[in-house]
Amino acid sequence: MTTTPTPAAAEQATQPVDDGSLDIARQRFTDAKKAERKLGLLLVAPAVTVMLAVAAYPILYAFWLSLNRADLRRPNDNQFIWFENYVTVLSSPIWWTAFGVTMFITIVSASLELVFGMILAVIMHRTIVGRGLVRTSALVPYSIVTVVAAFSWRFAWTEDLGYLTPSGSAPLTEFWPSIWIIILAEVWKTIPFMALLLMAGLALVPEDLLKAASMDGANAWKRFWAITVPLIKPAILVALLFRTLDAFRVFDNIYILTNGANQTSSVSMVAYSNLIRGLNLGIGSTMAVLIFITTGIIAFIFIKAFGAAAPGADQGGRK
Amino acid sequence: MQTETTNRKLMWWGVNVLVLLYAFVPVVWIISLSLKDDATLNDGNYLPVSPSGDNYAAIFTNPEFLRALVNSIGICAIATFIALVFGTMAAYAIARLDFPGKATIIAVSLLISMFPQIALVTPLFKIETALGLFDTWPGLIIPYITFALPLAIYTLSAFFREIPWDLEKAAKMDGATPFQAFRQVITPLAMPGVFTTAILVFIACWNDFLFALSLTSTSAARTVPAAMSYFTGATTFEKPTGPIAAAAVVITIPLVIVVLLFQRRIVAGLTSGAVKG
Repeated sequence: MTTTPTPAAAEQATQPVDDGSLDIARQRFTDAKKAERKLGLLLVAPAVTVMLAVAAYPILYAFWLSLNRADLRRPNDNQFIWFENYVTVLSSPIWWTAFGVTMFITIVSASLELVFGMILAVIMHRTIVGRGLVRTSALVPYSIVTVVAAFSWRFAWTEDLGYLTPSGSAPLTEFWPSIWIIILAEVWKTIPFMALLLMAGLALVPEDLLKAASMDGANAWKRFWAITVPLIKPAILVALLFRTLDAFRVFDNIYILTNGANQTSSVSMVAYSNLIRGLNLGIGSTMAVLIFITTGIIAFIFIKAFGAAAPGADQGGRK
Repeated sequence: MQTETTNRKLMWWGVNVLVLLYAFVPVVWIISLSLKDDATLNDGNYLPVSPSGDNYAAIFTNPEFLRALVNSIGICAIATFIALVFGTMAAYAIARLDFPGKATIIAVSLLISMFPQIALVTPLFKIETALGLFDTWPGLIIPYITFALPLAIYTLSAFFREIPWDLEKAAKMDGATPFQAFRQVITPLAMPGVFTTAILVFIACWNDFLFALSLTSTSAARTVPAAMSYFTGATTFEKPTGPIAAAAVVITIPLVIVVLLFQRRIVAGLTSGAVKG
């Protein structure tokens, strides 16, 4: 079971074993199993190779770079400096401001998306008129390029130009208005995704159970909290986990809306600036590793504390 | 059981209208901006007073934009194709075959789908510069494939479970090898799922901004989202708002139409991979 079949092993297995203890049928079965394993490994090999080469190797390389002084503007100055970059980053107010901004955007957007996503999911699930129309239009924000949506919001909130901007104000030049506009852009774009995941959960709630509760006098509000929410908890947690990790890497919206002005940079923005504008690979990699670790911690908290089943976790058991 | 009164229907129509407003207000706004001429651009009206096609004429004669459009289409198409080929093979194996290491593969692809892309930008920048892949098509295609693969594998393996696998058994009974059974019997049945996945993967690539911005430096491989952020007017004093809006509409509308046409399948594809766990 645990041995990895090599082509040689599989070849060996196709030769008849004449020790007499196996009948022909079982021999054929074993052959088929071996062939199946071989095929399975062959089929996943390209995908696994690409994922390892382009994701696993670079992240290890990023860790190595983060332990070096690697500034492209001063190539002769490169050397191994242990955790000095980490000290530099973790004692930098720029990093911690960005970290706080990112956390705030992540928590507020994910919460708002959960609330509005749930409302949209219930509407799509329950509406008695124009269901197709509602479901179709709800896909519009999903299918729009994030950068395009971000430009739409930026122009809407630009002085003189935008339909949303009160005259004489420039919300994208101030900290808090900028943050809320970034959150608006994030939430607008991802409510549909959240709603679709939740709606798939809603479809699994047995109608009979809701009817029975209704007979017993539970109103819609009570039915929602006592029956629907507990039953779709796995869907909620998966959707939240996905969105939290996604919101934590917010980049596109901030780049277009404020370009990080007035301390509105996210951690991804700060790392990007260090790399592309500062050409400091050491510091950039250090930030990359820190973001990677934070993502891991968020995922770990979700899975351990809330018991969110990882999507696809049941796939391995399927025969 | 339920008496659907006119009142209830009206109430639901009201709710539906709110959803439509939510979905369309920012979209109509960018379209309306793209149709405004220079004189009325800054009037702050939601709808254009005197619609004109000037902005579209401007971007379609702008070599930077046309080049970016070709880059976007080419890079996304190639990345989608390769991710689909690898993803189909892997998803079939994961959904149907018994082999060691399956759980690890699922875990790895899950990890990658949750990966902060920025963590890859720094090392990829350095690696691609060393390999001469920086600012080339393959330089973007390769990371796109990597991030598309988990999506492709999840969505496809969910679709593959819906296929009547007895047909495969029947093919094997008739003497087909597992690979023949895969290629000749199952693949045609799986095509609708593959098609849906192709749309989802293409959208993901089309949408990318961070890699396109970080791993290119000229218009050689810069895709439209990145090119848009570099747009400048014909003169330094001209605001590029109109052309940006027009470019935004050009890269958005085809995708929205495709998504709306295949709405049902896309909903199935988006949800199947994630919620069944």
